[in-house]
Amino acid sequence: MSANVAAASKAAPSSGETPAISVKDLRKCFGDHEVLKGISLEAHKGDVISILGSSGSGKSTLLRCINLLEIPDSGEVRVDGELIKMKQGRDGHQIPADTRQVERIRANLAMVFQSFNLWSHMTVLENLVAAPTHVLKRPRAECLEQAEALLKRVGIWERRNYYPPHMSGGQQQRAAIARALAMNPKVMLFDEPTSALDPELVGEVLRVMRSLAEEGRTMLVVTHEMGFARDVSSKVMFLHKGEVDSVGEPKEMFARPPTPQFKQFIANFNK
Amino acid sequence: MEFLNDLKDQVSTAYELLAAGWGVQLLWGIGWTLAVTVVSMLIGAILGSLVAAAKLSHRGGLKFIGESYTTVFRGEPELLIIYLFYYGGTQVLTGVARSTGSIGSTDILNMPSFLGGVLAVGIISGAYQAEVFRGSFLAIHRGELEAARAYGMSAWLRFRLVIMPQVLRLAVPGLGNVWQLTIKDSALISVTGVAELMLTANKAARSTHHSLLFYTLAGILYLVMTSVSTPIFEKAERYTSRSFTRPK
Repeated sequence: MSANVAAASKAAPSSGETPAISVKDLRKCFGDHEVLKGISLEAHKGDVISILGSSGSGKSTLLRCINLLEIPDSGEVRVDGELIKMKQGRDGHQIPADTRQVERIRANLAMVFQSFNLWSHMTVLENLVAAPTHVLKRPRAECLEQAEALLKRVGIWERRNYYPPHMSGGQQQRAAIARALAMNPKVMLFDEPTSALDPELVGEVLRVMRSLAEEGRTMLVVTHEMGFARDVSSKVMFLHKGEVDSVGEPKEMFARPPTPQFKQFIANFNK
Repeated sequence: MEFLNDLKDQVSTAYELLAAGWGVQLLWGIGWTLAVTVVSMLIGAILGSLVAAAKLSHRGGLKFIGESYTTVFRGEPELLIIYLFYYGGTQVLTGVARSTGSIGSTDILNMPSFLGGVLAVGIISGAYQAEVFRGSFLAIHRGELEAARAYGMSAWLRFRLVIMPQVLRLAVPGLGNVWQLTIKDSALISVTGVAELMLTANKAARSTHHSLLFYTLAGILYLVMTSVSTPIFEKAERYTSRSFTRPK
């Protein structure tokens, strides 16, 4: 059943449409440890895919391979149909063939990090305009206007002239989400965006993420928030020991876990 | 009572000597000392950032060059480096000029004393600044550099927008120390004939036979220069680290 649902959800966007992200047979080792053992994934426009898995399952590495913060050992990544070109490095590992291409593609894949990673020497507003003005080369006035609007949207406009270290974790993460939005990205990558937050601050960040999902943004979300995965995402992908254990429609996956591993995983969360 | 009279005599002698022209000369000396220090710091900043980058490089060859630089120039006596650059430089310049026939076979082409001096002091200052810059770079939160990459910034943009401002911020206290060291090292280039404070004090002491007076005076002036720079650097530190201190 779940396989059918998965197929159905995949087929939902018009069949000829190029996927926003397409990952094929991605492999990555850290030393002797194989973290990703041939992962494939497709995200269409408007998909919100929650990537679940216990720690060490490779879910963060998968996300970081997509924007090449980690270089995959083999496999291919396409963004909007464009293949990220790789070549053989001197030590035998593959490396990006075209740095410019990687930079251009990264600018389309805004990432939100677990530890926020706002630039601490810039005010919130400066954080939001830095990459749009310098990387996308958009006019500064236009970027500032958009930045203020985004800060209003995530509810921290009155903190626009603060430096990140002066704000709470929840405020910093909302600023980081606004920074990502300021790039007008094709896809947003969330790497455990609530894991470093105090429990009482998780809600404010999840609310923002939910509103992004509702307006049809394409999002890949590595998370431990089962509620978000079940209620907000359009697809759930469960990684186990570096492999895709199961993929499916969230409500179905949670109601009838397709594999013993996933059943065990959600059982541990419900404890 | 006799002691007081003695002191009064001393003070009036000092006043006469200073008014007779040594005062102006000492002021010029301060000017040259500051000029030497500032230029040396600038040379040191350029060399120091290159050497720091080399030391942080993943390439073995560059790393080795960077390590050697800081080991050699922090490990050798400053005076030796200055002699090496000034007299060694003169020898090299003379050799080159003689072989190209620009000067006669018995003429000597001197290394310009200011240039030789600031190069030597700048190179030493660079060794200390390299360590300051390297430490500052390592203190930058790795995640912020990663975010810069993730947002498509090129290596140059990452350097200009994220690395350089943070390195400068973190380096200010360390640079304050190097500034003091460099002021003191500038006294050593009196041996090349630059009329900075040390050389001027020396000249005054020898020609007037008032060594105690002029060396004490020079000592006080050096102390004023080093201690005036402390609050300036403290202010700079407060400004550059404003994002880490609570807003009022």
